[in-house]
Amino acid sequence: MGFLEFFYAKNITPGEAGNYTWATIYILVMFALASIAVMLMTWLERKIMAHMQIRLGPMRVGPHGLLQPIADAVKLLLKEDIVPTKADRIVYWLAPCAVMVIAFATYPIIPWGRAHAVTDVNIGVLFMLGVSSLGVLGIIMAGWASNSHYPLMGSLRSSAQMVSYEIAMGLAVVSAILMTSLQTGTGTLSMIGIVESQMAQKTWFVFNGWGLGFIAFVVFAIAMIAETNRAPFDLPEAESELVAGFHTEYSGFRWSLFFLAEYAAMIGVSAIAVTLWLGGWLRPFPNLLSGNTWDIAFGLFPALTFVVLGGVCIALAIKMPGIVQLRIQKFGMLAFGLLLFFIGVLFAVPGVRERVQDIYWFSLKIAIFMYLYIWYRATFPRYRFDQLMKVGWKVLLPTALGVLMGTALWGVLR
Amino acid sequence: MSNFYEDIETKPAEKTFLDSSELILNMGPQHPSTHGVLRVILKLDGEKVLGTECVMGYLHRGVEKIAENRTYVQFNPYVDRMDYVAAVSNGLGYCLAVEKLLNTEAPPRAQYIRVIMTELNRIASHQVWLGTHALDIGALTPLFYTFRDREEILKIFEKYCGARLTTHAFRIGGTQYETYEGFEKDCLEFCDFFLPKCDEYEELLTTNRIWVERTKGVGVITGEECKALGVTGPVLRASGVRWDLRKAQPYSSYQDFDFEVPIGLNGDTFDRYIVRMQEMRQSVRIIRQAVEGLPEGPIMAKIPKVLKPPVGEVYVSIEAPKGELGYFIVSDGSTQPYRVRVRPPSFVNLQALDLMVRGRLVADVVAVIGTLDIVLGEIDR
Repeated sequence: MGFLEFFYAKNITPGEAGNYTWATIYILVMFALASIAVMLMTWLERKIMAHMQIRLGPMRVGPHGLLQPIADAVKLLLKEDIVPTKADRIVYWLAPCAVMVIAFATYPIIPWGRAHAVTDVNIGVLFMLGVSSLGVLGIIMAGWASNSHYPLMGSLRSSAQMVSYEIAMGLAVVSAILMTSLQTGTGTLSMIGIVESQMAQKTWFVFNGWGLGFIAFVVFAIAMIAETNRAPFDLPEAESELVAGFHTEYSGFRWSLFFLAEYAAMIGVSAIAVTLWLGGWLRPFPNLLSGNTWDIAFGLFPALTFVVLGGVCIALAIKMPGIVQLRIQKFGMLAFGLLLFFIGVLFAVPGVRERVQDIYWFSLKIAIFMYLYIWYRATFPRYRFDQLMKVGWKVLLPTALGVLMGTALWGVLR
Repeated sequence: MSNFYEDIETKPAEKTFLDSSELILNMGPQHPSTHGVLRVILKLDGEKVLGTECVMGYLHRGVEKIAENRTYVQFNPYVDRMDYVAAVSNGLGYCLAVEKLLNTEAPPRAQYIRVIMTELNRIASHQVWLGTHALDIGALTPLFYTFRDREEILKIFEKYCGARLTTHAFRIGGTQYETYEGFEKDCLEFCDFFLPKCDEYEELLTTNRIWVERTKGVGVITGEECKALGVTGPVLRASGVRWDLRKAQPYSSYQDFDFEVPIGLNGDTFDRYIVRMQEMRQSVRIIRQAVEGLPEGPIMAKIPKVLKPPVGEVYVSIEAPKGELGYFIVSDGSTQPYRVRVRPPSFVNLQALDLMVRGRLVADVVAVIGTLDIVLGEIDR
C-alpha cells in the first residue's frame, strides 16, 4: 500500500493491512512517543505536586525545569550500578527488564485512533488485562533477587494487592463488555470494536445503563490505581514503611527502568479505562453535533491547544526579566513556545488535522487520568495492608459483581 | 539484646518446606520514618509485629555529663540541643530549675515573655509533629503546609533573639532581651493567621477516610498503662487523663491564663491527633492573653554575677510539647552543677511503643512512632 493511500485510509490499522513495515514504524514511533510521554509525566508530576504543596518544583534545568527529565536520565545513566553481593544476579538483572517489557507490551493495541492502533486484536481487552497484571512478576523478581528484607516485604505486598484487585477490575471490565453486545447482539473484546460500539450506541459506557456504567468505571478507576501501585495504594514501595519497597536495592539506570515502567503502566491502564468507558478516541458529541462544520470545529481543537500552549510559553518568555542569568532560560522558553506554536499550526493543516484529532482526544482523556493520579498522591494518606485487602475484597469485589449482574439485567430489560 | 536473637535461634528445629519463621527486621537507624536515628528491631510474622526492641544512643552526646563541667550559665545553651524542635521549652525548664535552686524567681514581665515564647514553640513543635506524622502515614502535603506556617513562628524567634531553632531565649533569672518593637503585634498577627491554617490542616486530615482508618484504634493505650509507664503529655491526655503540669502545678504564671486542657477518650492515634490539634488552638488562646496582659517592669531578677547555688538538690518539671520535661539538679555549692539529670518526655514515652504495636502491623509501627512524637536528640541526649 502506498504512502498516501495509507495516510488517508481512516479505517485500517497498520497491522491489519498486513503491512509489516507500517506496523514496525508505528511501534517504533509509539515507543518513542511513549518514552517522551513518560519523561514528561515525571516532570509534570513533580511540577503539579510541587504547586499543590506550595513549592516550585524543578526550576533550574531549562525554563521551569523543562529539561529536568533529561538531566535525571543522564544522572541515572552515569550513576554507579550497584548489585548487592548476595543478590541473585540473573534474576536481579532480569527484573527491571521484565517490568519494562511488560509495561510497554500493552501499547501496540492501545487504540489511539480508528487507524492508529498498531493492530486490532480481537481479544484486545483480555490481552491488556493479562499483560498489565503480569507487571507484578517483575516486582516479585526484584524483591526476591535483592535478597533483602524490605524488598521482599514490598514484593509480597504487591502480589497480595494484585490478587485482591485483579478480580474486581476484571469484573468491572466484563460489565462494560456486556454493554457492547447491546447494539449488534454480539459483543466484542476488540479495543477498537468497543469504541465503535459506544459510537453506535450514541453514549459513552460511563453514562450507560442507569448509572451502572459509572459504578463499574469507578470500581475500575480505584482498582487500576492499586494495580499500578500508586498512592494511596503504593504499599509495595511505601516510602515511610519499607524505605523504597521492592526497588530499595536498585540504583542508577535499573532503578529508573522501574520508574519508567510505573508510568508506562499508568498510561496503559488509563488507556483501558478510556477505551472502555470514556469513548476512546471519540470527540465530545460525535453524534449530536455531527456534520461537516462541527467536524472542522472539533478538528481544530488539537491545533488550538498547541497554539495556546505555545502562546503561553512565548508570553512567559517575554515576561521573564531580562537579566543575564536568565538569558538561556528565556531563549529556551521562547524556542519551546515557538516549537509548540508551529506544531499547532501544523495540526491545522487539513490532511494532518484528520489524522491527529483521534490521537488528541484519546491523549487528552488519558491526561485527565494522569492528573488524577498525581492529585491522589498529593492528597491521600496511604492505606494499611489489611485495610487495602478489606477494600478490595469486601467493597470493590461485591460492588463489581453487583454491577455485572445489574448490567446483565439492564441489558435484558431495556 | 542478645536474648532477643537467642529467642529465635533456640526455636525447635522442625523445618519443613512450608514452615514459616519469624523475620527480624532492622528498622533504622537510617530509616525515613524513625524520626532520626532510632533503631527499632522488629520481630515479625509476615506483616504482624510480634515484638519490638528499641536501640538508642546513636545521637548520644553526653549532655548530662557536659553539664558537670560547665557553669550553670554556660550549660544553658546546651539544653536547647536536646529537644531541638522545642528548644524554648527546654530552656524554660532548665532556667526554672536553677532559679528554684537559687531560690529566686523571674520578674512578671519575663515570666509572661517566657509563656509567649514557650507557647509559640509548642505550636511549632506540634506543627513538626503533624507534618512528619502525616508523612509517615503517607499524606505528603500537610508537611509543607505546616512547615510554611511554622516559618512565621521562627521569624518571631529570629527577631526576638537572633536564632530560629536553638534559640537560647531565656537566661537564669529572666530573659536576656527586651521584646523588640512590634513583638506584640507580630504575636497577635500570628494568632489571627494561624487559626484558619489549623482548620486547613484539619480539612486535609480529620475527615479524610483513609486518615481516620489509619489512626482510629491504632496504638491504643489506656490511662492506667500510661501511668504505669510514666507516659505524659498529649499521649496521656488522649487516654482520658486530665493531667497538664501547666494546670496541675502552675509555673511561670500559667495560673493567670484561662485555657482548657483537651483530653481524648480512646487513647488511640486519632485521639492523640485531635488532642494535639486542640492544644495548638489553646496555645493561641494563651498567647493572646499573655500578649494583651504583658506587664511592664524589669525582665531580669537580681541574681549574682557568679552563680553559686546553695548545696542541695531540686527537681523541676514543666509541660513541654511532648510531655513532662523534668530537670533534676544537684548542687554542691560550687559554680558547676554536681549532677544534672534530665527527664525527657520522648524517652519515657518511647517505652510505650512495644505495648502499642505488639500484635499489629508494620505500618502501625510507623504510625505509632509518629504519634508518640519522639525527638532523638532528647532520647539520646
